[in-house]
Amino acid sequence: MEYKDYYRIMGIEREATQDEIRRAYRKLARKYHPDVSKEGDAEARFKEVGEAYEVLKDPEKRAAYDQLGADWKSGQDFKPPPDWDAGFEFSGGGYTAGGGGVHSDFFEELFGRRFRHAGAGRQTFRMRGEDHHAKVLIDLEDSFSGTTRSMSLRVPEVTDEGHVITRERTLNVRIPRGIRPGQQIRLAGQGTPGSGDAGSGDLYLEVAFREHPMYRVDGSDIYLDLPVAPWEAMLGASIKAPTPLGAVDLRIPTDSNQGRKLRLKGRGLPGKSPGDLYVVLQVTLPPADSEDAKRLYGQMRDKLGFNPRAKMGVA
Amino acid sequence: MSEKDQSKPAVELIDEQTTFTLADICHTFSVEAEFVEALVEEGILEPSGKQGRHLCFTANCLRRTRVTLHLQRDLRVNLAGAALALELLERIEALERRLHATGVE
Repeated sequence: MEYKDYYRIMGIEREATQDEIRRAYRKLARKYHPDVSKEGDAEARFKEVGEAYEVLKDPEKRAAYDQLGADWKSGQDFKPPPDWDAGFEFSGGGYTAGGGGVHSDFFEELFGRRFRHAGAGRQTFRMRGEDHHAKVLIDLEDSFSGTTRSMSLRVPEVTDEGHVITRERTLNVRIPRGIRPGQQIRLAGQGTPGSGDAGSGDLYLEVAFREHPMYRVDGSDIYLDLPVAPWEAMLGASIKAPTPLGAVDLRIPTDSNQGRKLRLKGRGLPGKSPGDLYVVLQVTLPPADSEDAKRLYGQMRDKLGFNPRAKMGVA
Repeated sequence: MSEKDQSKPAVELIDEQTTFTLADICHTFSVEAEFVEALVEEGILEPSGKQGRHLCFTANCLRRTRVTLHLQRDLRVNLAGAALALELLERIEALERRLHATGVE
């Protein structure tokens, strides 16, 4: 079991006052709140900070924790000394079961069991299990074909003795064709089992798409940057463009400038109302890396009289 | 339920057409109808219509309810604050989607 340095997690001194602890917590909670934060590890950090605060805000738990001494380092292998908590009275008020709380092993070892008992009695009445929410990451191609994803979920579960254990569960989830980023799927009865003979909660999965090297997705529309040569853009051309369902023939209209968007109707994500595929032209210049190329660029300079900054008044 | 059924559960896609009743929302989040009504009152939820006498909500309402509950519980935000946070969050998300679609990271 790893030692957790709750003071370091909250970025405060061991001598911090309760007010300082509260202020530090509020700041970090806003920073790492999973619904608000853009940090990649927000959820883990949020839980860590919540656990640290749960101990440090409660003078009884803080005193017991401080008593372990300041010599421990975060991540160091830790075993609580025998009778480490002798002489401390825990009133049990601090354990917030509603906090989505899966605590670290460290916390469970120090504070887990004794608080659990206070709450265990409440589990006896008949209550429908909670719904769970999780995210699932799929590829763009999966939305075209539909797919089955095997996912493991860590589910907190209350044992008969009132302990909370985390159980790993594997589900094969069918991802329906045409699903879009941000959409949810519901798996009825796959949430927390109910207590008594009440039904289980549901599992909600929110779908996100992995970054694709070529395509970007906005709702049901797909965007593709397509490089074209200057003469293709200006003179028009018939070229091949990739789409998620295979290459298509694409006619570039004459006088197309950099960034022009061509819409391929109905070639976006499939479904009842399929999205569109937008091809965004990226005019790409041929390199002047040969005598011929240099000569051609020179001819253009001499014959076209082209000034791209004509409208900027710096002629 | 057989082993096979347990590992391959039935899946239901929630899209714009999927509606949830007041009872569904209460059930999903273990909240009272009064709470959902307060969210409607605050403008956090907008009923999309009525099924008989009952209000209906879209999937986005489910998400807004969840975020509101989290903000209340974790950051002690009141309903007016949650309404503002949700507006801003959704604006940021829309902007990020647009940036992403135009290829700017």
